[in-house]
Amino acid sequence: MKPTHLEIQRMLTDSQWREQLFKMTALVMLSIALLTLAVLLIDAFVDGVGRLRWSFLTNFPSRKPEQAGILSALVGTVYMMILTGLFAFPVGVGAAIYLEEYAKHHWFSRIIELNIANLAGVPSIIYGLLGLEVFVRAMGFDRSLLSGSLTMALLVLPIIIISSREAIRTVSPSIREASYALGASRWQTIRNQVLPLAFPGILTGSILAFSRAIGEAAPLITIGALTYIAFLPDSLLAPFTALPIQIFNWVSRPQKGFHANAAAAIIVLLVVLILMNALAVYLRQRYQKRLSL
Amino acid sequence: MSFKPVKKSRVGEGMIHIVLFLCGILSVFTTLGIVAVLIIETYEFFREVSIFEFLTDTQWTPLFADKHFGILPLVSGTFLTSFIAILVAMPIGLLSAIYLSEYASQNIRKTIKPILEILAGIPTVVYGYFALLFVTPLLQVFIPSLSGFNALGPGIVMGMMIIPMVSSLSEDAMYAVPQSLREGAYALGSSKLQVALRVVFPAAFSGIAASLLLAVSRAIGETMIVAIASGQQPRLTLNPLVAVETMTAYIVQVSLGDTPTGTIEFKTIFAVGMMLFISTLILNLLSQWLRERFREQYE
Repeated sequence: MKPTHLEIQRMLTDSQWREQLFKMTALVMLSIALLTLAVLLIDAFVDGVGRLRWSFLTNFPSRKPEQAGILSALVGTVYMMILTGLFAFPVGVGAAIYLEEYAKHHWFSRIIELNIANLAGVPSIIYGLLGLEVFVRAMGFDRSLLSGSLTMALLVLPIIIISSREAIRTVSPSIREASYALGASRWQTIRNQVLPLAFPGILTGSILAFSRAIGEAAPLITIGALTYIAFLPDSLLAPFTALPIQIFNWVSRPQKGFHANAAAAIIVLLVVLILMNALAVYLRQRYQKRLSL
Repeated sequence: MSFKPVKKSRVGEGMIHIVLFLCGILSVFTTLGIVAVLIIETYEFFREVSIFEFLTDTQWTPLFADKHFGILPLVSGTFLTSFIAILVAMPIGLLSAIYLSEYASQNIRKTIKPILEILAGIPTVVYGYFALLFVTPLLQVFIPSLSGFNALGPGIVMGMMIIPMVSSLSEDAMYAVPQSLREGAYALGSSKLQVALRVVFPAAFSGIAASLLLAVSRAIGETMIVAIASGQQPRLTLNPLVAVETMTAYIVQVSLGDTPTGTIEFKTIFAVGMMLFISTLILNLLSQWLRERFREQYE
């Protein structure tokens, strides 16, 4: 039997209803995700802003929450990032150059590629176990700034390699061929043509990789970085602490005063992250302008 | 025709080649290092504890006088928090992905996607703070029996953290579905909803499944949220309202204490680490395999 005019109309309205309902549900879900982000940031800000003052940045941790500051953690984080950068950046870029310029489409580069993809998925705490055995125990660096930085360097290495390769890949082959045609050797071509063009991209990707490392606490806790340090590290082998560890330490205490400290330290950490990301965005935009010229 | 580099017999060129090769091979050594460290210490561990006890005992008390080495409580804690996380991340992530890929305008898509990605960039200690001091107290208003440390709060927060993994990768997969498939379905009289759910979703399925597996793997390996907010009580339960302990949280607990190296307590963190490494590796490999399959279909 054929449906009547009325039935067809009802079927159509039904399906339109379903359309709208689904679209609204999807939109609500998306809004929940964005709202959570906002609530998370506002919550930390409200809890911590009262504790933010200059002395919070210049004081060492203390047993009294009102007098405690993040000096050693902040300095530890900065030192560690500089060292991590010194270790990971040249090696990561070197590996990317090798994979893109020397061993492209080679079976060996396929193995390294697979390996890097898997390394990027290894939980960060496992890197901590590696650092604990290799740097802290086998090499005898103890629970030092050096051990922490080397562990972090291994952690960010896959991300730096992946993003540097992408940046190198955007350099047009015609530029390389032109350089070869003028008699340049492979390394001359890389150094004078490929790297200058790819460098802003490499830098942007690397800054983003380091900004991920800044927030990592798990591997540092695993290698035994201390949570209470009332002095600044004076050598590579000095014990140290870092912002995320300090936050973890304060959150884990029962007193409310320390929770406010944790929130204030979170604000500082987020500001550092925002600055790094802004730098990366700025570099990317400058780079895009240069290419379009 | 393409130009090849001039072969110059300069010592420098060869040196540079070798140095760059060493940089490349370092990542392989990292993997080998991880595997070697885990195998050696886990082997040492199993010389003292039987693998049967490890896998079947229902108690995990290596830090007490009466030692039991059954990893099941840690596995159940990890499973529970990860399960809650994916329960949260799956609907939100997938529907957000469908909305961005099928409904939103180019401009909205380009604005919202990076904002969603911020969720994945926030340090996990911040999420831990949020789980312990905001989400759990909020949940306690509705569920008075919820304990201060529990699996539910951190599970939900972990779900929020992995939303971008699900939404971004699934959205990429859906967006990559050829426009001709959608047009074909429209030509046959399908509505937008039918196209989204019956054409795009199935076509992008392996990419979507890959994103979910990756998100689960990330949740299993996540450390700070659960270390802060889910407690340190290894117990074999699927009750989300009580304190539990995950594999990662246990490693943190031991690392914070003064456990001397070489003791059985110290070796346990490597055995637990091995378990963690194997489970995430399997999920990552599966996810990679699915993504490759998806690529073969459409590229």
